Amino acid sequence: MFDEKVIEMILEGIRDTLYMTLVSTLIGYILGLPLGIILHVTGAEGLKPNKAVYKVIDVICNIIRSIPFLILLILLIPFTRAIVGQSYGSTATIVPLVICAAPYIARVVESSLNEVDSGVVEAARAMGASNAQIVFKVLLVEARTSLVTGATITTGLLLGYSAMSGTVGGGGLGDIAVRYGYYRWQTDIMIVTVVLLIVIFQIIQNLGTRLALKLDHRKK
Amino acid sequence: MSEISISHLTKKFEVKGHTVTALNDVSLSVEKGQIYGIIGMSGAGKSTLVRSVNYLEKPTEGSVFIEGTDLASLSENELRAKRSEIGMIFQSFNLLEQKNVIDNVCFPLELKGIKRKAAREKARGLLETVGLSEKEKAYPSQLSGGQKQRVAIARALATEPKILLCDEATSALDPQTTDSILRLLKDINEKMGITMLVITHQMSVVTSICDHVAIIDNGVLVEEGEVTQIFESPSSDAAKELISGTPVRYSPISELNAERKIRIVFSENSSYEPVIANLILKFGEPVNILKADTRDVGGTARGEMILGLPDDTDLQEGIIDYLKERGLSVTEVSDHV
Repeated sequence: MFDEKVIEMILEGIRDTLYMTLVSTLIGYILGLPLGIILHVTGAEGLKPNKAVYKVIDVICNIIRSIPFLILLILLIPFTRAIVGQSYGSTATIVPLVICAAPYIARVVESSLNEVDSGVVEAARAMGASNAQIVFKVLLVEARTSLVTGATITTGLLLGYSAMSGTVGGGGLGDIAVRYGYYRWQTDIMIVTVVLLIVIFQIIQNLGTRLALKLDHRKK
Repeated sequence: MSEISISHLTKKFEVKGHTVTALNDVSLSVEKGQIYGIIGMSGAGKSTLVRSVNYLEKPTEGSVFIEGTDLASLSENELRAKRSEIGMIFQSFNLLEQKNVIDNVCFPLELKGIKRKAAREKARGLLETVGLSEKEKAYPSQLSGGQKQRVAIARALATEPKILLCDEATSALDPQTTDSILRLLKDINEKMGITMLVITHQMSVVTSICDHVAIIDNGVLVEEGEVTQIFESPSSDAAKELISGTPVRYSPISELNAERKIRIVFSENSSYEPVIANLILKFGEPVNILKADTRDVGGTARGEMILGLPDDTDLQEGIIDYLKERGLSVTEVSDHV
């Protein structure tokens, strides 16, 4: 049905899509996880409530999250160019993906940590645990199922956004879908890329759900 | 020197712009090895009081001394070290749900940086003490409430504390489990000499394990003293209320003097006939009424009676048959009702 060139292009597309999604999720977590922890710790019910710190991170997160991704993508072109040296291709796309993901991840992490039973935290405090010990040995451990579920949702979201970046030459399957499906009316190629995106999404969701279940000891 | 000494403690909270006084000028002292009860209705301030003892709540005014050390004088690190010498158990157990039983018990040792192997050894010993050795690998979700509280007790004892704070530790448990947990606490107190501060709203908890009791009402300590003395002659209204509100057995059934005891329960239709009076007339032998009570079971009143039977075995069987013929439920009573 397709010649070798097209097949090779699609395989590269899969590789680029996975590369963008996974690397941006990873870097997103490197930035977002500490931010989420700070949001929880400085929040009103946190270990060390601090209205000023909370408010600053809160407002920044909300501002970034309120900008539609496609607009963020274009808005960040000069910034991306300054960091990566170019504004197109899959590596360049990672920059706006991370900027978009970090505040989202911070929120997801914050809400996961907020779910941890305050009684368990109190018990740890009564045992003489320091705040750092409570964060790393109680909160992150007790919330791990919820954190993994959050990470799965985030990865799925970034997979979609990476495809969206195809409209501005972002690389990956989304790029192929836009170039062939939209500009050249080659519907068959577009359908193949869409099916592949669905399959990748299902795999990510499945792995995430399984891992979350495996880590959860709350159910009998 | 008292193990715990609370002096003129006042705690105020800011709630939506106005001040709520949770505790008002409370002073009390607990001697080494005592089981000291603090009882009050919910909202009386007793939870705030117990949280002041390890400074989870810092007092607005007044001081807390542990073995003569003023907690206010300690640095953050010193305070954390002090807290690890004070065990605490809770109404909702507060176990780490994602850790199994042994890791829960090891947790306070892990916090102190004690080697895993040594911690496990210690934890195994404690699980034996609380009777849960075979549940080592189970997760909290697989345990009953009573078992969870036993794990929590083992965890609280891991750091070899001199003091154990119990915050409504039996309030989420059924009466039988409550009894077994109270017995365990009493045992630990006797064997290890740990001082205990027991917060509860149930007078039965105080009467079954405490030596001393303080009654807290609306943030004020209204009465304090030995349990027997307060139980016999309460002077405050709050104490009278707490004592009358919860029926308390003065003596366990096992100490009641009779060879053979039976428990009979009257249902609605069996209460028309004067069964006991007829029984005595028929057999010409007295029975001893050891306990009589009326309970609300599923919305209907059920009369309950414990009878001590005469020594003659034939007579005993005759009486039991007679009662059964009248449609009463008859059960043998050993130690517990």
